[in-house]
Amino acid sequence: MQLKQISIAAIASAMLVLAPVTAYSQNTTVPQGVRLGLNYTLGTKPGVLVLPLDSIGGDSVRAILQRDIDYDDRATIVTLDDSTVRGMIPKTGDAYNYPLFAKLGVVAILRPERSLTGINITMYDVAAKKRVQIGGFPLLDKVNSPAWRLSVHRASDEVERWIFGTSGAAATRVLYSGGDKQIWVIDSDGENATKLTSVTLAMSPAWNPDGTRFVFCGFTPDGSQIAGYSFVTGDLHWLSGTARGLNITPAYAPDGRTIAYASGREGGTDILVMQEGDASPSRRITVGKGSDNTSPSFSPDGRQIAFMSGRAGHPEVYTMDADGTNPSLLTEFTYGEQAYRASPDWAPDGRRIAYESRIDGSFQIMTIDMRDRSTKQYTSDGQNEDPSWAPDSRHMVFSSTRTGPRQLWVLDAESGRMRQLTHAPGARLAAWSPILKP
Amino acid sequence: MVTDSQTLTFEPMHPRHTILAVVALALAAGCHKPPVALGPAPMSGAADSLNSARADSIARANAARQAELARAQAEQDSLRAVRDREQREAAQNADAMKVLAATIYYDFDRADLTEAARSLLLAKVPVLQAKPNIRIRITGHTDDRGASEYNLALGLRRAAEAKAFLVNNGIDASRLTITSMGAEQPAVQGDNEEAWSRNRRSEFEPISGGANQ
Repeated sequence: MQLKQISIAAIASAMLVLAPVTAYSQNTTVPQGVRLGLNYTLGTKPGVLVLPLDSIGGDSVRAILQRDIDYDDRATIVTLDDSTVRGMIPKTGDAYNYPLFAKLGVVAILRPERSLTGINITMYDVAAKKRVQIGGFPLLDKVNSPAWRLSVHRASDEVERWIFGTSGAAATRVLYSGGDKQIWVIDSDGENATKLTSVTLAMSPAWNPDGTRFVFCGFTPDGSQIAGYSFVTGDLHWLSGTARGLNITPAYAPDGRTIAYASGREGGTDILVMQEGDASPSRRITVGKGSDNTSPSFSPDGRQIAFMSGRAGHPEVYTMDADGTNPSLLTEFTYGEQAYRASPDWAPDGRRIAYESRIDGSFQIMTIDMRDRSTKQYTSDGQNEDPSWAPDSRHMVFSSTRTGPRQLWVLDAESGRMRQLTHAPGARLAAWSPILKP
Repeated sequence: MVTDSQTLTFEPMHPRHTILAVVALALAAGCHKPPVALGPAPMSGAADSLNSARADSIARANAARQAELARAQAEQDSLRAVRDREQREAAQNADAMKVLAATIYYDFDRADLTEAARSLLLAKVPVLQAKPNIRIRITGHTDDRGASEYNLALGLRRAAEAKAFLVNNGIDASRLTITSMGAEQPAVQGDNEEAWSRNRRSEFEPISGGANQ
């Protein structure tokens, strides 16, 4: 975590080095133990201070808010030790010592308070020296249950919208294939890892656009089939419309009904589409002529599909229209080079496609810009594979062996900052959910 | 006794005298009676009979036993012959199934058959021809390098290449099904070429008709 810790002890220690200090203006109320005039640099990200909440689950609410804002990577959480920060809260009204907060690098103060149904959060603009936002957020279920935590994440996302104009992506979850080769789900902050399937072997989960269902590839003795799971009913079922054999890498179209997937036959593996709930045979949309075509990913408008294909002799990322016409190589083709580019995932804002590329024998996470085809490499340590975009089109989850056993990691594509999401070995093939509604 | 001074002379008898002598001898012979028995003369005959019967019985029993032994021996020989034949056939069947189940291996990122793979596949052909009811599932596998989803497709292509070779050598395509496990079921754990080379493979599993065909 990149939390800026300002403890009284640390400040006192710094005082010994940074003397003499400049006294702050006379009309500033200085809490005991805080020495003003200390130059405190937060960097380019604005500082946000979350005040304590004195109620059941209060610490969790504050901790979740702080962590979500930190993981969002657009603000820096300013933390003061508890007694200090409590001394800075006015007994009544909104008469905060704004200059003091400004001196500490705080741009926004968030004050959560208990309400009848959950929490109210008030945001104070330190520069404007006034309250600028207040919102009520119901908290579902009992404290620290998955539903309760998701409620707090929603509050975090809304606060991010207050500050930056666009919502955060905290109220999301990540599906993945665990080391036991079953489908698991985990909150975007790494909490509540939960196993969802018990089949022979399950992989390649993919969310539907409203986050209520997902599809995945499940194995049977006769091959693999596309299966569906509903979070609403807990129902797990095999999808009709797929033939026997190898059926893998399903992906929902933005319409929430069309599913593209790869189906293998003796003549190669091609991408097919079917309508969920419709038993009609699937329709083939690639003509691989013996090559392998897998891993479809729809553009946000549903008009195009990115996929990987070995039609050029080695795996590359291609795009085509959603009906299979106009296939074209997306990634750069270098003659004589046995490149290996795979697992494309189209960003929700449509601007970039993430993929993995073999570089010097190891797979690394890359993106390609859809406007100018410029590429960017994000990783260099270990094997890094299976990128999946968060709904903010800024963060990606991917699998990596950078610290040993394969785990899921989250990458901020803007800053390059990474954090480990899972802590059980073997996690891979992640899929980041859309924003989850109550 | 006859001395040297005496001369034995035989005078022919008168025929009437001869007849009389013969008659006398005959009478004498006809009047001879056997001695009176002291024990149970009739019982002595039964014992002989019993002994004889016992001996006969023993002989018969011996003969029966011999016959039974011979029959059992013959049966045993027959069973042994059957068993030997079955063991021979089982061994032959096991050898045949071993040939049928022999795993073939591939080069990295390739699905085309190596010479070694072709030899192993060719050896399967007569076995499949001799066992027309047997059906085989061919499962392609890969090592764990590369995209795991794409590896599923690569594994299928490997299985398809093996199937095509068998079909081209006269095996009915309907007897062969293909599937892929990609890198999901490694034969060997490891992060080196030795492990990878043993994981790039196609496996052959009888799914029907494999027991006594």
